[in-house]
Amino acid sequence: MSAIGASLARIEGIEKVTGAADYAYETTAEQETLYGWVVQSSIVTGRILDIGVDAVLALPGVVEVVTWRNAPHLEDTGDGELNVLQHAIISYRGQPVAVVIAETLETAREAANVLEVSYSAGESDVLMSPDHLRLYAPDKVNPAFETDSVIGEVDVALADAVTSIDHSYSTPALFNNPMEPHATTAEWQGGRLELVDSTQGSSVTAEQIGALFGIPGEAVHVRAEHVGGGFGSKGSPRPNVPLAAIAAKITGRRVKLAYTRQMMSSLAGYRTPTVSRMRLGADADGRLTAISHEAFSQTSTLFEFAEQTAEATRHMYAAPNRRTTHRLVALDVPTPRWMRAPGECPGMYALESAMDELAAAAGIDPIELRRRNEPERDPELDVPYSSRDLIGCMERGAELFGWAERDPRPAAHIDGRWAIGTGMAASTYPAMAQPSGAVVTAMPDGRYRLGINATDIGTGSRTVMRQIAADALDVEPEAIDIRIADSNLPKASVAGGSSGTASWGWAVTKACRELRISLQTGMTIPPDGITVTATTDAEIAAQEELSRHAFGAQFVEVRVDLDSGEVVVPRMVGVFAAGRIMNPRLARSQFIGAMTMGLGMALHEVGELDTVLGDYANHDFATYHIPACADVKDIRVEWLDEEDTHLSPMGGKGIGEIGIVGAAAAVANAVAHATGIRVRDLPIQPDKLIADLPARF
Amino acid sequence: MKPFEYERADDVAGAVATLERDPDAKYLAGGTNLVDLMRLRVETPSRLVDVNRLDLGGIVVEADGAVRIGAAVRNSDLAADPVIRERYPVLSRALLSAASGQLRNMASVGGNLLQRTRCVYFMDSSKPCNKREPGSGCPAIVGVSRELAILGASEHCIATHPGDMAVALTALDAIVHFETAAGPDSLPMSGFHRLPGDDPSRDTNLPPGALITSVEVPPLSFGGRSTYRKARDRRSYAFALASVAAALDVEDGIIRDLRIAVGAVSHKPWRATVAEELLRGSPATPDRFEAAIRAELDIARPTEQNAFKIPLVTRLVVGVLDELAHP
Ligand SMILES: Cc1cc2nc3c(=O)[nH]c(=O)nc-3n(C[C@H](O)[C@H](O)[C@H](O)COP(=O)(O)OP(=O)(O)OC[C@H]3O[C@@H](n4cnc5c(N)ncnc54)[C@H](O)[C@@H]3O)c2cc1C
Repeated sequence: MSAIGASLARIEGIEKVTGAADYAYETTAEQETLYGWVVQSSIVTGRILDIGVDAVLALPGVVEVVTWRNAPHLEDTGDGELNVLQHAIISYRGQPVAVVIAETLETAREAANVLEVSYSAGESDVLMSPDHLRLYAPDKVNPAFETDSVIGEVDVALADAVTSIDHSYSTPALFNNPMEPHATTAEWQGGRLELVDSTQGSSVTAEQIGALFGIPGEAVHVRAEHVGGGFGSKGSPRPNVPLAAIAAKITGRRVKLAYTRQMMSSLAGYRTPTVSRMRLGADADGRLTAISHEAFSQTSTLFEFAEQTAEATRHMYAAPNRRTTHRLVALDVPTPRWMRAPGECPGMYALESAMDELAAAAGIDPIELRRRNEPERDPELDVPYSSRDLIGCMERGAELFGWAERDPRPAAHIDGRWAIGTGMAASTYPAMAQPSGAVVTAMPDGRYRLGINATDIGTGSRTVMRQIAADALDVEPEAIDIRIADSNLPKASVAGGSSGTASWGWAVTKACRELRISLQTGMTIPPDGITVTATTDAEIAAQEELSRHAFGAQFVEVRVDLDSGEVVVPRMVGVFAAGRIMNPRLARSQFIGAMTMGLGMALHEVGELDTVLGDYANHDFATYHIPACADVKDIRVEWLDEEDTHLSPMGGKGIGEIGIVGAAAAVANAVAHATGIRVRDLPIQPDKLIADLPARF
Repeated sequence: MKPFEYERADDVAGAVATLERDPDAKYLAGGTNLVDLMRLRVETPSRLVDVNRLDLGGIVVEADGAVRIGAAVRNSDLAADPVIRERYPVLSRALLSAASGQLRNMASVGGNLLQRTRCVYFMDSSKPCNKREPGSGCPAIVGVSRELAILGASEHCIATHPGDMAVALTALDAIVHFETAAGPDSLPMSGFHRLPGDDPSRDTNLPPGALITSVEVPPLSFGGRSTYRKARDRRSYAFALASVAAALDVEDGIIRDLRIAVGAVSHKPWRATVAEELLRGSPATPDRFEAAIRAELDIARPTEQNAFKIPLVTRLVVGVLDELAHP
């Protein structure tokens, strides 16, 4: 029987739920360790004039205060966020200005609280808008897509369209809030740096931190045995890593440093606010003649991050005339970075809302509209899809949801206090794979040792890698001892872009297959085993040019309280076509988790900007709302059997992110159906509905 | 957290005497608000006087029909109490709409009454706030104010009392009993919390160092016909955007008597006396309800961000009164 496809439980599940699993902040004996606490800027831009270091050093238990005056020199690696404590200039409110190091956590925190920092503040600009005077076109958008793409005559086609819409949709700043905030334990051993870090990729952390300290990546040893989530915010090092390393260097001791929940909004990387101006034109049959998606977002002055908001629009629907553009403004804000499905998530909220508005304007069912605009080939790249089953997902979803009974009229279904509506949206996410290496050893006792520098950020990748190896070796998963998340292992890609399973699994498969060939030659196994190491650079470079994407369809019912404008979502259905599913139990929780996060984006989450004080004012879980259990009712997930032979040898497309894509649009479309009110600025909170709700009495 | 002394009080007189001697000391009940604020350096008491061992528990029905609730009674116990559920469902529902199960298990009646505002500027000690640091300014007025006051605010402060229990107690005309060095005393709920005026640092009219000992809820013949509704940004574990506590006595479609209090709109739970006055003796119809609450909100002065609270409170009050009129 194949191990791939089995609903195996997480290998480390018991360790995690019993608290035995050690996370980055928990891995060392307390008495040997010092505690670092970050002091953050309370101005937006300007200079530090002075820091009252002496008063704090005089406090009992305080060991050191690191500021720009005594911090070791860091090399310029192109990411200004990582060049912490190098000078007195402040680039955003919340930027690190010092690290206080003490014998206990409590002492460090209190000393950081009383540390006096004086500043001279400058002018600042923190508000993104689509008519900002300093908008510019970046060279590329994340990670390396074209900034603009124009095919045909969009404006002519829009002018000639039988039905057209022209609306702007916005998403607010959203914060990455994995359960485990960023944390690092750092210690220097001679010229080598030992890090236990909450990271999504120990290889990339070792390289980047090495470059920062002017030492080779091999001199930095990074371990990340257990990681409590990331969503992309741990996909590359954030200031916590250099701050901990600096603190360890200056004290010559082992130092632990973690963010508080409040620090996450400024120091972890967040989803940029976005504005998408969508213009769609269609002929009398509802066939799109033009698609225009102009996207606007922000970056910081320290590092350019350009959200690829309009990228998904390039591959979704057929239309002869198409235009996608990205404009950026560099503001005095923390750097926005990756957050689950960067680009696709805000962009598809806009496109799928616009499609719903077009469907209403044209009087066509939303599923039918999408069916009529199904492309034969990728309309932008002009290559075939490796596989594409959006229609299958919509059909199965419609069946599960009961879409056929839907009355399309808005605000037509009122039940006492409640306005009831339904909506749907499509999902998509690219299927990617990056080169990685794996090492596997056959031991004389019949067991196998697998080393793959994967990181398990709670998804279950440790378990899935063992399943993949079991099939490639044709043994039971229990015969394999697996080691992950250690930069001493062969280099591997990050747990990001929904590509971990494909990238690491490919290397694991190759190494295991090669090992089997070695074993078949009939040699006896020496005491330390037979080891094979494999990398997939060649295989990945040799992939034929195809459009590789997963697709999905989401259906949502909402009930809107006519007395309060509160939105309840009694049920969501998601159907996905994402290639082969490696482990149904783990996959289901990825889909459900991402759909829940999409629900939060639709209804709850918003960084509330204070344009005067220059930061997002709500930065704890009492004021930045993510869904509570009471918000998440019935979420039903299915996937279609999809065989795609143009992917990795395992045939999976990646499932970590697609569930959040389209979820917010499906909710917004359902709210529009329930109430007749189209909210184009997320989140859909009572204040956006209350004044315009249908009368109750 | 600023280092502090800790002591456990053995009797009420001793506790009160300690705060008399050390005005920077504070009582510690469940700690669910105070300890958070100490971590954030919003509160920096010199000393904590733990009142959890004092004999301040119990829910007792008095001879005159009033219910006396000890200050130490936990929110979850109060919400589940059969007498409360039967006579004052509004109070039980208000409590259950608040915080989470875990927090309600810790939170006390006394601590709940004295919970501080959730204004994001008050909670962030790196920012100005007239309530936390008198004279430093109020960034909320031009800043993030979506959740803040529309009634009775001042140019110095637009914070709200964020709690739910106090809104129900205000509708029920409850009385807060406390002990000071000068002896026992009491305040009606209507005069317990105060408007910010030019001294936002004070949330209530409770004398400094006073120890709340109990809350007395007078009998209300139509208390059984009461309810609480709370509008919020998610379905649980969120403070109110606005809430309504109401009780209604209707006969033959005519309102004989009623109580309305509105939460999360002011520095104090807002007793809607104007609306009550207009509705007493009037037909129990949605248009009357709406006219009455509109009159009440006539003096509202919202910010751009919280202007939505006017239609929100209007619709909530009409919906709640209609529900009570047609049980
Ligand atoms: C995440 C979160 C969500 C919440 N959500 C809600 C909500 O939705 N609605 C809501 O209403 N509340 C909510 N709360 C607040 C909660 O109700 C209060 O924290 C709780 O009621 C306070 O009670 P306590 O006993 O823990 O008080 P403590 O924290 O111990 O004390 C609070 C204050 O009261 C003083 N004090 C305590 N007892 C006495 C006494 N007997 N006499 C005089 N002074 C006293 C203390 O000195 C202190 O100043 C929430 C709290 C949290 C942390």
